[in-house]
Amino acid sequence: MSSALDITRAVNPPRAAFLDYPLGHTTGKPHEPALQREILWQALEAFTSLTIPGTVKMLPFTWSEDQAWQATAQRGPDDRRPRYDTPQYQTEEDRQRAAAGMPCSA
Amino acid sequence: MVLAIGATWDCWQHGTRMSQQRRKSLGHTWYRNELRSRGGAMPVDYIPRIQEKYAQEGYPAYQWVVNPDPPPWQPLRRPLAECRLGLVASGGIYVTGQVAFHYKDDTSFRVIPTDVKTTDLRATHFAYDLTDARQDPNVVFPIDTLRGLVSEGVIGALAAHAYTCMGGIYSARRVREELAPQLTERLLAERVDTVLFVPV
Repeated sequence: MSSALDITRAVNPPRAAFLDYPLGHTTGKPHEPALQREILWQALEAFTSLTIPGTVKMLPFTWSEDQAWQATAQRGPDDRRPRYDTPQYQTEEDRQRAAAGMPCSA
Repeated sequence: MVLAIGATWDCWQHGTRMSQQRRKSLGHTWYRNELRSRGGAMPVDYIPRIQEKYAQEGYPAYQWVVNPDPPPWQPLRRPLAECRLGLVASGGIYVTGQVAFHYKDDTSFRVIPTDVKTTDLRATHFAYDLTDARQDPNVVFPIDTLRGLVSEGVIGALAAHAYTCMGGIYSARRVREELAPQLTERLLAERVDTVLFVPV
C-alpha cells in the first residue's frame, strides 16, 4: 500500500496499490469499516491482477471532492514533531506498563 | 518500506543512465501527465516537500532510495484465499505494555499477535497527524479489516504475528542491513506466502 506515489515509484517495489489519502490513512478513513474493507480488498486484488513488475495499481478512492488537503500537504507548515530519542508513549499509562515490564516488545 | 539499493533522487530525476522506456515506466512525470489527461487530482509530490523540510532544519540532502532496475518478481503460488498473509506496517504502532518507538532513527520493531485486541493498540510517530490512527488504528494497521477478510474467505489466514516499525529512518542502509533482514527472517519462519506492507 502507498499514499505517497512519488516515493513508491522511486523505491519501485514489485507491486503496489496507491491510495490518494493524506499521510496517516494508508488503509482508509477512521471508523469506516466498509470503506476500509473495500480499499483493502481492491489493494489485495493486485496480488493476482498485476503481472508486470513495478506496476502501481491506482485505487479509485478520493478523500474529499475538493481534495483541499493536498494543497496543505504540499505547501503547509512543517508540523513534524522533534526527533526525540526516548520512547514516545501515547499515554502515561502505557509508559508505566512498559516500565513495569509487561510483556512482549521485540 | 524501503528495502533495497539506495541512490540519489537527483540521479534518478535526471536519469542520464536510463533508457527512455525505463524512465517512462518509473517516471512520476509520466504518471502526473497521465492523471492530468484523465482530469484526475494530482498526487502530492512528497520528495521535494520533504527535501525542503530537511533543508530548513539544516540536514544534509536525504538520499532517497531509488531502484531503477526492474524489481524481482514472484507470482503468488496459490490463490489468495489459500495464502497465509503477513503484515508489516511502519506507522509506529505498538501494544500497550510494549516499549514505544522513539523518533530518532529507531530501527527496532514490535511483534504484535494478530489476535490482539484493537483497543490495546497505540500509535506514535513524528511525521504524521496521529489523531485518526489513535481513534482507529485500522487506518495505518488494518488488523480488523484483515481479520474480516479472513472470515469472508478472501484471505486464507493471517500469520500469527504482525510486525511494526517507525518510519523516517534517516539511513536507508540501516533499514536494509539491520531491520529488513530481521523482518524477513521472522516472516519466513512464520511461513507466510505473501506480505502486505503498509508504510506511512
